[in-house]
Amino acid sequence: MKLRSTPEEETFRAELRAWLDETLPEIGPPPDHDDWVARRNYDSAWQRRLFDAGYAGIAWPTEIGGRGATPSEELIFLEETERAGAPYVGVNFVGLLHAGPTIFAEGTPEQKAKYLPGILRGDEIWCQGFSEPEAGSDLASLRTKAVRDGDHYVVTGQKIWTSHAQVADHCELLIRTDPDAPKHRGITWVVMPMDLPGIELRPLKTLLGVSDFNEMFLDEVRIPIENRVGEENDGWRVAMVTFSFERGTAFVSELLASMVLLQDLVAIARKRDQWDDAGVRRELATAAAELDALWALTKRNVSRAAREGNAGVGGSIFKLGYHEARERMNRVAMRLLGRATLALDDPTGIGAEDHVAERLYSLSLSIAAGTSQIQRNIVGERLLGLPKER
Amino acid sequence: MDFELSEDQVALQQELRRFLAARVGSEARRAIGAQPGAVDRGLWGELAGMGVFSLTVAEADGGVGLGMAEAAIAFEELGRAAVPGPLISTFLAVASGWVDGDAVVGWVPASGAVMIEHLDALDSVLVVGDDGVSLAAPPSGLTAVARPLDPLTPVHLIDTAPSGDVVGDTTAVARVQRDGELLAAAMQVGLGAAAVDLGAAYAGERTQFGKVIGGFQAVKHLLADAQVAVEVARAAVHAAAVEIDEAEGAAPAPMRAVDGARIVASHAAERATTACIQVHGGIGYTWELDAHLLLKRAMVLDVAFTTVDAATESLAAAL
Repeated sequence: MKLRSTPEEETFRAELRAWLDETLPEIGPPPDHDDWVARRNYDSAWQRRLFDAGYAGIAWPTEIGGRGATPSEELIFLEETERAGAPYVGVNFVGLLHAGPTIFAEGTPEQKAKYLPGILRGDEIWCQGFSEPEAGSDLASLRTKAVRDGDHYVVTGQKIWTSHAQVADHCELLIRTDPDAPKHRGITWVVMPMDLPGIELRPLKTLLGVSDFNEMFLDEVRIPIENRVGEENDGWRVAMVTFSFERGTAFVSELLASMVLLQDLVAIARKRDQWDDAGVRRELATAAAELDALWALTKRNVSRAAREGNAGVGGSIFKLGYHEARERMNRVAMRLLGRATLALDDPTGIGAEDHVAERLYSLSLSIAAGTSQIQRNIVGERLLGLPKER
Repeated sequence: MDFELSEDQVALQQELRRFLAARVGSEARRAIGAQPGAVDRGLWGELAGMGVFSLTVAEADGGVGLGMAEAAIAFEELGRAAVPGPLISTFLAVASGWVDGDAVVGWVPASGAVMIEHLDALDSVLVVGDDGVSLAAPPSGLTAVARPLDPLTPVHLIDTAPSGDVVGDTTAVARVQRDGELLAAAMQVGLGAAAVDLGAAYAGERTQFGKVIGGFQAVKHLLADAQVAVEVARAAVHAAAVEIDEAEGAAPAPMRAVDGARIVASHAAERATTACIQVHGGIGYTWELDAHLLLKRAMVLDVAFTTVDAATESLAAAL
């Protein structure tokens, strides 16, 4: 077990820091959360800078234009960009972390050439059409219907939780191509251009009062067969292939941001003489211990990925532990801030703003990307060998 | 960075796990409880012979020449097997060169009337005060407390800590506290892991309502949460141990990591050992099942060298 960086890792870190020091002053503040056009432009411009500097697709193999970084280097990249306050991956998330890797693993040479460069440069934005109103945790029960008509799939149905759809160029879409097959066997993975006729979007407002994602209605949308990635009816396996790339880095920025939030709470408590309250002080210290432990777990998962290709069940372990730590931190934050929590925009000026929003935001952590209940099933079944509930 | 166990570390872990599984099974462990001071001198000699107490002693001085990372791995295994005896204080005394390899060394804080563990088996006692560590002969002629919390951790009440030769200064005090705290956390991770294994094994075979109970999410999720807590705590313990090894010679000691590991390991051990009892239902509440021994040992370790509250305050001071 070694935590110390290798000389190569130190060099990578030093070069990245120098580049961030030079570049970040030229980057303006992020646009308003609901101004999607401005957000696309902002995130794309950042992605283009990463591309020009050789940091785009940090974990992607070099043969498709990625950096080919080791999991440790990817961890350093995420750590340094977060600490420096660099922009997030934003609207490039689906392209860089899901659709792109899927196409790399399963696409034809033509598909790779057509789609991957645009993702790396930040020119083309992707969204994900997986979940449906009736297919949440049980994703494989999805019903969006595809009927073959010559060299097209004619697709009708409804998707939900589709982030960035209003500015996306492409959608990685799961469709039901064989309604009679067992549910995992009748699904196909296709690329849907977002400018096709028959696509209607309806923004969904989250409990934070912002529109983070959409409902997407598809009415006889004609998608060329050549847009299919993988075989017809093999889409479930194609969609799952990205999990085998999971390197334990999915929540690094989140975790580091939480550590900053915690330190900010300590500062607020000290300033407001609440640090003398042993209850507050010990809850904050316990939350700090948990976040530190999760940082150690992240390094373990990343190291496992470096050796074995992926972090395995480590991602589920992290997500469950992280949600619990966040809940502890959020609870003490609300207690600390008292009546300053009554507004989302901090009229009292004590710095409550982020903490109230984060308290609400953290409710999504046990739902998005696999609910905590599903994660516990994964831990119980794959790690502890317990039977499925049937 | 490579925060996975090295091949040698895995070998050490597996060797100890195999040895302890064969040597300290459920019956053997309970039999140790009947020995004076609940220490099996034969087993103690075998552990000493394997280098468990001298892992961090330089090879030139007859030790194994490894670091706290290996010690944390070894003590997790000792916890997994719930090996009775003053393992941590013996390790600390041997590591500091204060006693020889197979001595049985207890520990007691320097202040006031306190309970001392395993007294009837001790060759000597580390007395840890604020300004120094001394090595004392164990007090004699005392009667054990009739009902100790953990049947495998007998205790005596002493009026005052015994006096002995001063063997270490404040630096030694800090090191003993730090390493003792970390190894207690490592043992708690092992106890927690053993509890999850015991609970999962039972949940995988016990049937009710015509089904194996481990299939019910109410049961499965209880064990999954315990497993999560144990894995998170293990990473924290290992990170703290590696930080100690990598900071060697450099000040200050990485106490934040050690305190943090102590906090999460204590929570994990409590969660896992209580979940194990819950999953067993009525049998879990009996003396016959080993689940209570895991819980009680974890409770004993909760007040070894520091308390969770003290560790939490120590961490708070570093924020």
